Parts: sequence; C-alpha cells; structure tokens
Amino acid sequence: MSETNQPNGSFSSANSSPVGSQAHNDWSRQFAFTTKLEEVVRWGRRNSLWPLAYGTACCGIELMSVMGPKYDLARFGAEVVRFSPRQSDLLIVAGTITEKMAPILLRIYRQMLEPKYVISMGVCASSGGFYRAYHVLQGIDRIIPVDVFIPGCPPTPEAVLDGVMLLQKMIKDGHPRPWKKNWRPPYEC
Amino acid sequence: MSADLATLQGELRQIPFLQVDRYLFSHAFGDKTVVVPKEDIVSLLGYLKETKKYDFFVDLCGVDYPTRPQRFDVVYHLLNTTNGDRIRIKTQVGEGEGVDSIINLWRGADWFEREAYDMFGIRFNGHPNLRRILTHHQFKGHPLRKDYEANQQQSCTTTLPIHFDNEPGQPGNELNPKYVPLNIGPSHPAMHGTLRVMVELDGETIVRANCEIGYLHRCFEKMAETHPYQQVIPYTDRLNYCSAPMNNIGYCKTVEKILGVDIPPKAKAIRIILAELSRIMDHIIAIGTGGVDLGALSAFFHLFAYRERIYEIFEKLCGARLTVSLMRIGGVVNEPPPGWYDEILEFCRHMDKEIDEISRLLLDNKIFVKRTRGVLPVKAQDALAWGYTGPMLRASGVPLDLRKLTPYYGYEQLDFSVPVGSTGDIYDRYVVRIEEMRQSVKIVRQVCQNIPEGDYTIRDKSIVLPPKKEVYGNIEGLMNHFMLIMKGLRPPAGEVYDATESANGELGFYLVSDGSAAPYRLKVRPPCFAIYQSFPYVVRGGQIADAIATVASMNIIAGELDR
Repeated sequence: MSETNQPNGSFSSANSSPVGSQAHNDWSRQFAFTTKLEEVVRWGRRNSLWPLAYGTACCGIELMSVMGPKYDLARFGAEVVRFSPRQSDLLIVAGTITEKMAPILLRIYRQMLEPKYVISMGVCASSGGFYRAYHVLQGIDRIIPVDVFIPGCPPTPEAVLDGVMLLQKMIKDGHPRPWKKNWRPPYEC
Repeated sequence: MSADLATLQGELRQIPFLQVDRYLFSHAFGDKTVVVPKEDIVSLLGYLKETKKYDFFVDLCGVDYPTRPQRFDVVYHLLNTTNGDRIRIKTQVGEGEGVDSIINLWRGADWFEREAYDMFGIRFNGHPNLRRILTHHQFKGHPLRKDYEANQQQSCTTTLPIHFDNEPGQPGNELNPKYVPLNIGPSHPAMHGTLRVMVELDGETIVRANCEIGYLHRCFEKMAETHPYQQVIPYTDRLNYCSAPMNNIGYCKTVEKILGVDIPPKAKAIRIILAELSRIMDHIIAIGTGGVDLGALSAFFHLFAYRERIYEIFEKLCGARLTVSLMRIGGVVNEPPPGWYDEILEFCRHMDKEIDEISRLLLDNKIFVKRTRGVLPVKAQDALAWGYTGPMLRASGVPLDLRKLTPYYGYEQLDFSVPVGSTGDIYDRYVVRIEEMRQSVKIVRQVCQNIPEGDYTIRDKSIVLPPKKEVYGNIEGLMNHFMLIMKGLRPPAGEVYDATESANGELGFYLVSDGSAAPYRLKVRPPCFAIYQSFPYVVRGGQIADAIATVASMNIIAGELDR
C-alpha cells in the first residue's frame, strides 16, 4: 500500500478508476473493510456468550447479583441466560459440586453444543474450597475442562465480570485451549 | 435435678409399661435430658406428646462414641409449643442394632431417621424407606462415624433412575406403566439449582411424587468436628447463604450457651439488627425467585436492587457481601463504622415504601393471585406434624415464632407482631413473608434508635481474641492471642441445644463438647429439611405447574437442606 493517502474524490470519480488501482482501493474503504472470516466469527462469539447459570450454592446467589440491575452482565453481551445446555455456549459453574452432582454436571457439559466455554466461579467449584470433605468434588477440572477460574468465596460480582472479560479476550485472541482439546470424558454417563 | 424433671420422673413412675428405674434424668446448661433404654422410645415419646404436650418434634440425630459397647446415641429433641419448654431424650444403640421408628407419632421424623441411618448406620425398625438420603447411592460406609476420615472422597459415576417412596402394596422402584414418569432437576429450567423432583403424571395431575436431595451435601457437620470452634463460623455462613448472619448468630448463641457467657447489650442489639436485615434479604430472594418461577421476571430485578442496598450495609461493617462471618463467640466482629446506624435508618425509610411496591407488584397481580390463591394448601395440624416452622407454619395459621415463644436478645421488649395466614396456601406464604419484612423493618428501626452504650464483645481472654492493636502493641496481648490460637477455645464437656428464629423457621444447633478445642458433634436442625420432606405429599393430586409454584414458596435453600 502506498504512502499517499489522498482524500477520496466523489463517488463517481473513484468509481471510474480501474479495479485494483490505489484510488479504487481507497474508495472501497469508505464502506467496507477486509478481515479474516475467523476474526469476524470470534468477534460475534465473544460478544454474544449465552451463559448457562449452573448455580448450586452461595455463588449462585452472587451470580444472580451479577445478572441483576447493579452489576448487569448484559453490558458484556452475556445477558441471555439459558437453562438449557442446548441453547448456551458458556457454562458458569457457580457453587460447590458434590460427588453426587458430578455425573450430572458432566452430562450437562456434554449436552452443550460446540463451541463451548466453562467458567468455574468460586473456590468450591475450582478446588473444593474449604470443603476438603468426603462428599465434595475437589475441583470441577477433574471431570470437565475449565477455561477460566474465578477465585473468591464467593467472588465479588466485579471478579465475575473480570472473568467473563478474560474469557472474551481469550476468544478474541484465539488463545489455544489444550485442556479442551485433550479432554476425554472420565466416564460414560 | 430440677423440680420439673423430678415431677416428670414421678409421673412417669405411674406408668406401668415404662422401665423408669433404668432412666437417667439430668439437667445441665439449662437443658433437660432423659436417657432411656431403646425399647421405651416409642411409648415414652408418645406419652410426652399426648400427655405432657411436648407436641412438636424438633430434631433427631445420632452421635458416635466408638469406644462404648453401645456405640451410638440417638438423640430426640421435643418442644412444647404452648410454653416453649424443651426436652431431650437419648437412647443408646449398638452396631447393627435398631431402635423403633417414631414415624407414626410424627410424620416429620421421616427424613431425620433416614439421615441418622445414612450418617451412622443406625437402623430404625418400621421405617418404610430406610435408604441413603444425603450421600450418593454408590457411597460405602457411614461418614459421620468417628472412624471415617473427613477427606476420604468416593466418586459417583451414575445417577439414580426415577424412584418413589415405598407404600403399602406399591414398591417405590416400580413405575406404573399407565402414567408418565417425569424427572425435574437438578439443573432444570423450572427447578431451583440442586433440587431433584420426580413425578408420575396422569395428564397434568401428579399421581406420585418424590424428591431426591443431597446434591449439595458438603459435609458441614464433619467439617465442624474437624475445625476449632471459631473456625466453624465461616462454615455456618454457607448453610442458609441467603441470610448468612442468622446462621452465625445461631451457632455463636449455642456455643455461648455451653460457655455460660452473656454477651453485652450492644452486641445483642447489633445481632438483632443483622438478623432482621437478613430476614428481609432472605424474604426478598424467596419472593423474587418465587415470582421468577411463575414467570414474573421483572419483580426479580426490582427486588435485587433492594437486596444490593443491604449488601452495602454489610460491606460497610465487615467488607464482605454475602458470606459475612460477622459474629464472634462472645459478641460481634467489630465496632460499626460511624454513621452506620443512620444509614440503616435511611434504608428503613426507603424499604417501607418499597415493600408496598413489592406487594403491589405481586399480590395485586391477577396472574400471580390465580396461580397461588387456594393452591395446594397445608392445614395447620399437618404443618405441625411435618415439623414446619417459620413463615411456612405461620401461613397455615399457627402463630409459632421463637422470638415470641422463647424470646432472646431482648426481642420481648420490642414492638412487633407475628403475621399469620389462614389457609396455608401458596398465596398466604407470600403474604406472610411480605408482612414479616414490614415487621422486620419496624424492629430494626426500634433497635437502631436505642443502641446501648458499651462494648461490642466480651473481653474474656480465653474466649475472645484481643484487638490487633494489643497483639502488635504489647506482650500480654500477643501472648493471649497465641494461647487462644494454639490452645483453642475449650468449652466444658456437655451438650446443649439452642435455637433461633431464622428466616425459614427454627434453626437449631445441637452441640456436644468433650472439652477439646473442636466440637465433638454439631448437628444443625435446618428448617428447610423438615419442610421439604412433606413436598411429595403436599403436591400429590395437584397440577405439575402448581408443584413448581410450591417448591418456590417453600423457599428451599439447598445449603441448609443438605448441609
């Protein structure tokens, strides 16, 4: 591309220049832009995450606050909360996952359509938290791949927003996700 | 022995079929206890219920003493709803032995017996559905036994198929091919988080229903046994996480009872303020999500804006929003910041108007009224038999409120009334909750205007940590801190039961201390647990959509349901 960046002429004059010429290129930039298809798709995906709020415990209540009027996750394009895994692409696991719940979480995750992302909200979902106990799964990453872990017990709504923004950035940059790529279901259910 | 117990002993001697000579009567920490042989349990409890008016079954739990030949204690707590008198009956059973079920005396003992079976392996003869309730079906062993390691997880890889309770002539695991089985939850669009309901439908009418719980069983009681007294407080936050300070208060009050300490008036006032604010907060969630379940999404957004304001008040006091851990054994965590009470008064002024708005939004809404009024009512006698407490019981017309029956922290000096419903239908439950919010605002206002002078905590060095300034500023403070952390808070050996009126009803803690730094056994009596066990019977014969409305109105909080 040449250094000369002349203001374009009128529509008719530019249109008359031959296709492929500098003048024609400059003219076309007035109403169009070029990009990669991949990037357009990423742009769309990151700004319309449809979360499945898998709220099981205290974090579920705090997640309601995130969705509520004050913090308003809708500002980040993630307001369409679906309770059906078929209609959502972001699984927010908010709360303790017990051993009894684990097969259900795995099934829900497998029912989601690609592309799908997982946010683990709070320390219980991330590692079992302070429940080092006989009936608590010590982190959901033992059964499903997790993209973003949000610490806190429960995390503040600001932290959850930060987590969602981090995921958006990962989608934007096309961050590699080996945890997802190499994941195999631990058991059939 | 107290005079009461002596009278009781005399009366019991008149009854030929009781072996009163083998009974052990004791009175400690203000609680009455009778230890009886296990053959007498049903007849004694029946007598206490019918004749002595201990008509309300509060709690049943097990305690494990592995070194004893009769290894387990089965502990029953009863309440006299007329005068608020309580009594504890204990019996001992050995490994593999059983005690007769009291399910025919109180329907509400059903799940409590199942829980004792699940946690300890105690058998209850005559219980029709003695299967696991909190742990998963692949679980081996009984986790609350002292020889079960707290962090020994057992993974679960399947889910149970649809099943129901056994009934005469109808086994629970056989489905009737005439009807449509339907599974709702966990994680279902129409069901709250971790609840699982299974129904058999004839058209839209529910023929049989059942609920499976334990999806949030995170071992609170085992965690309490493995942590020092002060460190249990954060775990209590996560019982009923919609109104966390109330659980802190209930637990601290129980430990204070066994320690025999009386907290300063200012601490009591702050506790009442926090309890009532939490009650408002809890009812906001109950009403808001109840509306969502009926399709009224806008109410949720309105209500959450109010809830955020209470969060702000909590944040100013301690920095946390939801799980606040505001209480300490012996008082509260710190002095409120300047202007805190004025802010609460300001909040009360707004809240008065806003409660009217909530009321108009829902109770004046034609669809809401049609979906709730006259729907699946629960009669007062059934509610009592199931062990209902709190707004659910009051909606059925029973004015039982521990703040009035056995007042604590000076509730007796405050001017407030206990709203009751008339029919016990879903509509009444919401009316009662909304009215309770008004009463709570009234209480908060009265307390805030008369905050007593003085300290916010007791200063007993063996109970309360010294302020940080002392710890870093002088050697004595440092040593006190060190001693309390290393040696721990050690209450005398013994047992107490104490209850407070939480947002959902009677929240009781049964604490057994062996004199060490951690509770030997801490049993929570959660209000939801007793209420939710009635669900399959309440919705039977109703419409499937009404069952969803019923779950919402019961305000089942999985944290305290499953613990």
